[in-house]
Order: sequence, then C-alpha cells, then structure tokens
Amino acid sequence: MVIQNEKQCSADLEGLDPQEVKNDLINKYPPKVARKRSKQIVINKIEKDQPVPKIQANVRTIPGIITQRGCTYAGCKGVVLGPTRDILNLTHGPIGCGFYSWLTRRNQTRPVGPDAHNFMPYCFSTDMQDREIVFGGEKKLKQAIEEAYNIFKPKAIGIFSTCPVGLIGDDVHAVAREMGKKLGINIFGFSCEGYKGVSQSAGHHIANNGIFANVVGLDDNVKEGKFKINLLGEYNIGGDAFAIEDLLEECGFTLISTFSGNSSYDYFANSHTADLNLIMCHRSINYVAEMMEKKFGIPWMKINFLGADSTAKSLRKIAAYYDDQELIDKVEEVIAREMPAVLKAQEDVRSRCEGKLAMIFVGGSRAHHYQDIFKEIGMRVISAGYEFAHRDDYEGREVLPTIKIDADSRNIEELEIHADSKRFNPRNSEEDLKRLAEKGIEMETYNGMMSDMSDGSMVIDDISQFETEKMIELYKPDIFCAGIKEKYSVQKNGVPMKQLHSYDNGGPYAVFKGAINFYYEVDRMVNSKVWGYIKAPWQKNPELSARYACE
Amino acid sequence: MLLRHTPLKIQDRKALSVNPAKTCQPIGAMYAALGIHGCLPHSHGSQGCCAYHRSTLTRHYKEPIMSGTSSFTEGASVFGGQANLLQAINNIFTIYEPDLIAVHTTCLSETIGDDVLQITRKARDDGKIPEGKHVIHASTPSYVGSHVTGFANMTKAMVNYFAESTGKKKNQINLIPGYVEPPDMEEIRRLAELMNLSTVMFPDTSGVLNGPQTGRYRMFPPGGVTIPELISTGDSMGTIAMGEYASGDAARVLDTKCKVPCKILDLPIGLQATDRYIDALRKQAGTEVPAQINFERGQLLDIITDMQAWFYGKKVALAGDPDQMIALSEFLVAIDMWPVYVVTGTPGKIFEKRINEITKNSPYPVKVKAGGDLFLLHQWIKNESVDLLIANTYGKYMARDSDIPFIRYGFPILDRIGHSYFPSVGYRGGMRLLEKILDAILDRKDRDSPEESFELVM
Repeated sequence: MVIQNEKQCSADLEGLDPQEVKNDLINKYPPKVARKRSKQIVINKIEKDQPVPKIQANVRTIPGIITQRGCTYAGCKGVVLGPTRDILNLTHGPIGCGFYSWLTRRNQTRPVGPDAHNFMPYCFSTDMQDREIVFGGEKKLKQAIEEAYNIFKPKAIGIFSTCPVGLIGDDVHAVAREMGKKLGINIFGFSCEGYKGVSQSAGHHIANNGIFANVVGLDDNVKEGKFKINLLGEYNIGGDAFAIEDLLEECGFTLISTFSGNSSYDYFANSHTADLNLIMCHRSINYVAEMMEKKFGIPWMKINFLGADSTAKSLRKIAAYYDDQELIDKVEEVIAREMPAVLKAQEDVRSRCEGKLAMIFVGGSRAHHYQDIFKEIGMRVISAGYEFAHRDDYEGREVLPTIKIDADSRNIEELEIHADSKRFNPRNSEEDLKRLAEKGIEMETYNGMMSDMSDGSMVIDDISQFETEKMIELYKPDIFCAGIKEKYSVQKNGVPMKQLHSYDNGGPYAVFKGAINFYYEVDRMVNSKVWGYIKAPWQKNPELSARYACE
Repeated sequence: MLLRHTPLKIQDRKALSVNPAKTCQPIGAMYAALGIHGCLPHSHGSQGCCAYHRSTLTRHYKEPIMSGTSSFTEGASVFGGQANLLQAINNIFTIYEPDLIAVHTTCLSETIGDDVLQITRKARDDGKIPEGKHVIHASTPSYVGSHVTGFANMTKAMVNYFAESTGKKKNQINLIPGYVEPPDMEEIRRLAELMNLSTVMFPDTSGVLNGPQTGRYRMFPPGGVTIPELISTGDSMGTIAMGEYASGDAARVLDTKCKVPCKILDLPIGLQATDRYIDALRKQAGTEVPAQINFERGQLLDIITDMQAWFYGKKVALAGDPDQMIALSEFLVAIDMWPVYVVTGTPGKIFEKRINEITKNSPYPVKVKAGGDLFLLHQWIKNESVDLLIANTYGKYMARDSDIPFIRYGFPILDRIGHSYFPSVGYRGGMRLLEKILDAILDRKDRDSPEESFELVM
C-alpha cells in the first residue's frame, strides 16, 4: 500500500525522494502493519521556529516483524542495575533470564580494593522449576536469599522478577521485606516481568523507581569537595565512565555517584547530597533526576560526553552553571589542552572518511549522541532512530504534556514524590534561576534528536529487520550502527556494522580521548581492506583469455 | 580476583543457582529450528526471550540469527497470546516469506497455557498460512530441563509434524546429530557418505550458521534439511541418533510413528565413540569400512601414540552439556587423562551413572553432578586443583583466578572462533581436540619452565 504524502518534503536524500523511500519501507507490509509503521517512520523537517514533525514511539511492537527490542527485565536488571557491583542481583525465575544477562553488556567496574564486594562476574538465580510454577516460588526465593546471604554476605540484595513470577502471583516485595528484616540487610524487589511494557524502557522506569525508593537518601553524610555532581545514565560500557570520571576530577568536580556505571550501593545511598544531576542517557534515567528534584531539590541538566565538541560544550555548560571563575578557567585549560590532539586526529581521519554515510539505530540516547562524533569527522548521518525511546527523546521534552498515556505505560507505576520535610533544599533561588535563564543555560530540558538532524533525513522508530535491509539496499551506507542482533546481517551485505550498545570490543569513546578512539574505529571499519576482497578475481574478470604456453 | 567471593567451604544449596552450566529450553529449540532449510524460528512469549536467544546465538556463531517474537505485553499475558501469534504468522509469511515457521513456547506462554497447536490450526483455517507453507511447534517451558531439552523437543517436533511412512522403504538412513556445531554435523554426514550411505540429517545447521561472506545477505541460506527430506525420514531404513539427551526422543518417536528402527549412540567424540559410530554405519551399509576412514583413525591414534607423555595422568575438570561430557570423558580416559570433576547444568539421572562408569578405574576420587553449576565446580577446583579445565567461555573466569590451562568447549563460546568451522567429532575432530589439549598443556609448560629446562623439542 502507498501512504500518501502527509507533508510534502522538498529535500532529496542522497538522490532519492524520501517519500518514495518510505513507501518502499512499508509497501510489503499487510495494510494494518503499514499504517502503524508509517507513523513511526518520519521524514524530518527542519523549519525555523517550527516544531519537528511528530513521530509515534514507545508503542507496542508488531508481532512477527523481527524487532531489535528486548523486554522489561532486560531494561531493569540488564541495563540500569546490572552495572552496580555490590548489590547481589538475584533473578527470580527460570534460568535463562539470569544466564543471558550475565556479563554480556561489557559494563566495567573497579572495586576499591581486593576485598571489596564485586558480584558482577556472578549470576544468581532461583532457577525456577515446574513445581514452583504450580505451587508458587516464594518459598524457594526466601531460601535462595538466605543461602545467598550466608555465602556472600552482601549489604543489599535486589530481586528481579521474570515473566512467570507475575503470572503465578509471587509477591517479591513481601518476600524482600520479610527477609530484609530477618537478615538485617537492605533487600528490595523489582516487578520487572518481561511482558510489563513494550520494550526495555519500562524496565528502566521500574529500576529508577526501585533504586530511588529503596536506596537513594539512606546515607546523609556530606562528602568533602566542591561542585558536587551525580552523573546519571552512564553505564561504563567499554570504560566510558572511567574516562568521564578522570575528566571531571581533573576539572575540579566532585563526583558523588554515577547511575550506574562503575557504581556502588553506597554512592546511590548518598547521591541526594549532590548539587546537580547531569544526564547522559535521558531515556533510561530521567525518572531518577525528576524524583531527586522533587524530593531533594536537586536540579538537572542534559549533557553529552560523546564527541569532543559536545564534551567541551557540556563542560562549559556545567562550569557556567556554577559560575565560579576558578572552575571556568580550569575547564578552559583542560579543553585547550585536549583539543589539539583531537583536531589532529579529526583532520587525519577526515581525509579518509569525509562525506561518507552513516545510519544509527540504537537506544535510548546514543542514536542522538553518536551523530555528534560522526559530524566531527565529516560523516553524514542520513537516517537514525531509537530502539525503545519515547517521543520526548525524538522531539524534545516540550511534547511531554501532549504524549498520550496508553494502557502499556499506565502499567508502570509512577511514584508520587513529595518534597522531603527535612532534606528538601532547592539548590537555586528564584534569582539564580533567572540568572541561569539569562545566560542561556537550559535546565531540565532536552531538545531531542530530531532538531539536530538534517531536513529530509529519515527517522525510524523501532526499526524492523525488513526496514534495516531495505535502507541498506537503497542507500548503501558506509557504516551502520546498531546492536549484536543486527550486526552480521548488515556485514554480510558488505557494510561494516558498529555495535553502539556494547561497542563490540572497543571503547572508551567518551570525552576527548574516547572521541579520538571512535574516529579511528570508524576509520578502520569503513576503510578496511576486507571489503575489497568480497569478489574473487575470477568473479571480477570471468573471461577465460589466458592460455598455458604449452598449448 | 574476578570470582573473589567463591569460598573454599562448600555449603549445601537447595534454592540458589550460581553461575549456571545450562540455559533455558527455547534457545535450544531456536538453534534446532535454524537447521531446517527456509525456516524462521518464532518465539511465543515476550520480546526479551527472543532478543536474548538471538543475541547469545549471534555472539556464539558471529552469524545473523533471525527469529520472530509474539511480543507479549500485559494484555496478551492476561487474555492469552492467540491474537499475537496469528498476527505474527501472517506478518512473517507476508514480509519474510519463509517455507515454514517453527514456533517454540516460553515460560510465559506455557504458564498461561496457550494451546499453540490450536492456534496454528486456526491460522490455517483463517488462510494465514499460504499454500505449501508450514507452521510447526514445540512446547519448550523454560522451567523444565535445559537448552538441551529444548533442542530435543524441537527435533522431536520435526518428526511429529513431518515424518511419514508411505509403506515403501527408501534406501537411506536418518542421522540425528545431536546438539552439536555446524561443522560437526557436516563431519557426521561426511563419514556416513564415505560409507556409501544416503542420508537425511536433521537438524542440519551446516551452511546456515557458518555461512560465507558474499556481500549479499540471505535470510534463508542454502543449508538445512528440507521439508521433503523430513517427510521422507519415515521411509528410511534406519535411524542413527547421537546423544541420548538431545536426540533420543526424536529417534524413538520416529520408530514408534513410522517403524524406523533406531540406534542411539553417544556423540562420536574421540576414538571409541567414533569407532562405535563407524561400526553402526558399517552394519547399516553392509559394506567394509573404506581406507580413508581407517587412515583418519590411524592418524588420530598416531597423535595419541606420539604425545602420550603429555596426556598421561593429567587431571581434568569439565563442564558442559551431558551428551558432550559423556563422550569427552570417555575420550580423556582413553588417552590416560583423568576427568576428576564433571558438571552439567542439565538435570537427568543417567548422566552421573555414565560418568561414574567411564571413570570407574580412576586413581582419583571423581566428583560428578547433573544439575550442578560452575560455582560448585570452581569450589571443587579451589579445594584440589586440576591440570586442565574444559568449559564454555564462562570457564575463563575460573581459569584465570585459579591459573589453570583452559580449553573453550561447548556452548556458548563468546570470545574465540573455530567452533563454527572445525569439527570436534569423528577422528578428525578428535585430532583437533588433541591439538587443543596439547596447546594448552604445552603453552603452560613453556610459560612455567625455568630457563635451563625450557625445551625446544617437545
């Protein structure tokens, strides 16, 4: 079926009419599927003082379409809480869920000493059997908690529910309360059954709620140090958080906690003592930022440490927020020191990558953040989309009031947060806020990905395997960025594929040094000799002209 | 230390599983289904199952793994997944055009009691399944057995759905290769063909999960057993099934359903198990064993003769799938090594009995556990170390902490290649295993030898 042009678009995309491309993407679908997908495939339109086009996002995936998306458990246990080393993460369910989320995301962590807790190399599960499905699993869960406590002596245990747990009615929260009391440690449950939402995103929200309700604010000790910040939505894949930590420390910031790369339970417990929350991955962690603001009065700002320019911009924004000359000078000094190497690398890599095409379909936030790095080496991102983001990540937070809450979102509890009677302390006065606004420092905003993309580029939410293959066929991009499931079908088509969830085996890519790593990674992939070997010599020149001399 | 919390003291655990040596049924079913030509596996459950299985298989094979999912949300979990599966079947046939869809269930759809057979019948009645196309299914609850069980169930489903007896026997035999790698399947068939036997092998992932780089992706590559071949298994002269855990059920069902007599062997790993496989082929074919096979056997034997000194008396810890562990233990004993700790995550009674039989002359006490985990294995190792560890990639954490030579073997292998291309079954596979064992042991000796006894010739 052909979807008629809803908004005439003038820009050609690489010589193709985007509207025709869109039709190509959905023509083969059954009519109902095509109608639904057409709302999630949008031709970007950039007009002065006009909002970007509306995109449908965070809606159910169409069964059978072959999606990138995973489940609520993956978002909760795998993404948000997996990177914390000293909470014993116990999966309550059959063995698979725990097994698949065991060390597969490349979250790095550095325990503070040889005796400090680090449970990340372990997988803990109740390995639920059919008898528990029939008679209930609470007894086994309690027993497993007791055994885990006896062997590992953790300070906290998180219980993660898998699909059958909700169906058979195990009350993990009651078990958590009972066992916490009995063992004298903090035990909390997450109702993150895989079916709870339409993607991992629901799991992020559930994880945010749980960690906020059960851990944040438990330790009121105020750490020494100036410019106290939390870094939210940074998971230390490939060592990104290490690189960021070093940079922030050098500039003179005091990092109270990271949610949740290289993190510890104690940092979360103390995180409400920070002055400012910095958000990397808006999608997965904005809930914690909002709740901290309401309860403790901590403001937040969106930053991005992927890309050298974005890093410099973010550092300046934070320094300007604090309005401290010493800090501003230090930040400028660090930027001035780092940039020459960055510019040199850019120039070198540009000579081989300039003008090449990229597509990015991941996340959360990375489909947005990584566009900055590609721009720095002269590459063009002609199409991008998120796997599990919401409209605000595409169009900006100003659309939040217009987002309809559907039945799937309503399933996810929205915690009612009130200002803490003792500890609520708004970090900025009315005057401060006025001053920040005058200086153009945007607080509590995120403008989304689309306003940073070019007119006519294709924005595709929850891209399917079919659409992935079609986009590759039509545009033959020089590099495609997605996740492990997409990797090899793309590469079999002769297009290099960079994983932007796990970074393959690379990283760090954050801040200045990481950006340089990424430039050279793209350079290596795009310009690899291997792509020239695909046709054998006899396939390139099939004619049989040579003769042996003896004939 | 990476596994810094693993204590020497072994406490009894009844409810807590730590560092599992198994995963769940559906992934095995998905792998088996990929061994049918033109098949798209389909996961009837929530999205995460499918995403996790695809990711793990992709990391293991470094190949595209495609599968549909019914994308259950809370509504489907309450009202049943019929609407989702019907929609999925329609979408998959319209968009991706496979020859068949192989549906496996999950803990979610099993717990709510979805009747997949009834749903696929409805799909057929509603005209959602195009003429000449098929939907098959296997029930694979994650809370029973392991990934090996799932593989066995999907293989059995191939028989249930397709095998037909026309009453006229065909001059061919069925090979059920077990939950082994694509090159293992290739090798199992090559040996049968060397014996001049016509074969139908199912499932057959060779050519599917070790495909070439051609510059053109094909969702349904040339490999895999075809549907006409599966139908014809009911007319075969006999079935040779390898691995009781992965292949036993399918072989027996084929016998019951179509009266095709079956012989269930161990996986042909190492000398004696391959001998038994060749002997079974010989009896089936009624011919002599060709010179080529005797030659390969002789080569394997030659390595054992030449390198005996390095194998003799070495203690080995093993973790993996039961069929593999049984055959591999027998091979290790045959070359004078001693499996002292053997763990599989898959439950089942015969395992411990078989391992105890195989190691009954061991000079060391042997610890064996079905339904065990890597945590327990590591505790055993910490109490009394070994000379070699053989396990999947997760074994490398133990190997590093306890400084033991390590061979990656089994599923999943996430950090090395080779398993997709080179077999570990048959005599040639045995040679490859010996090469790996020797590399590990001799590299360690080279590393640890004092300078004066660092040897050029070994």
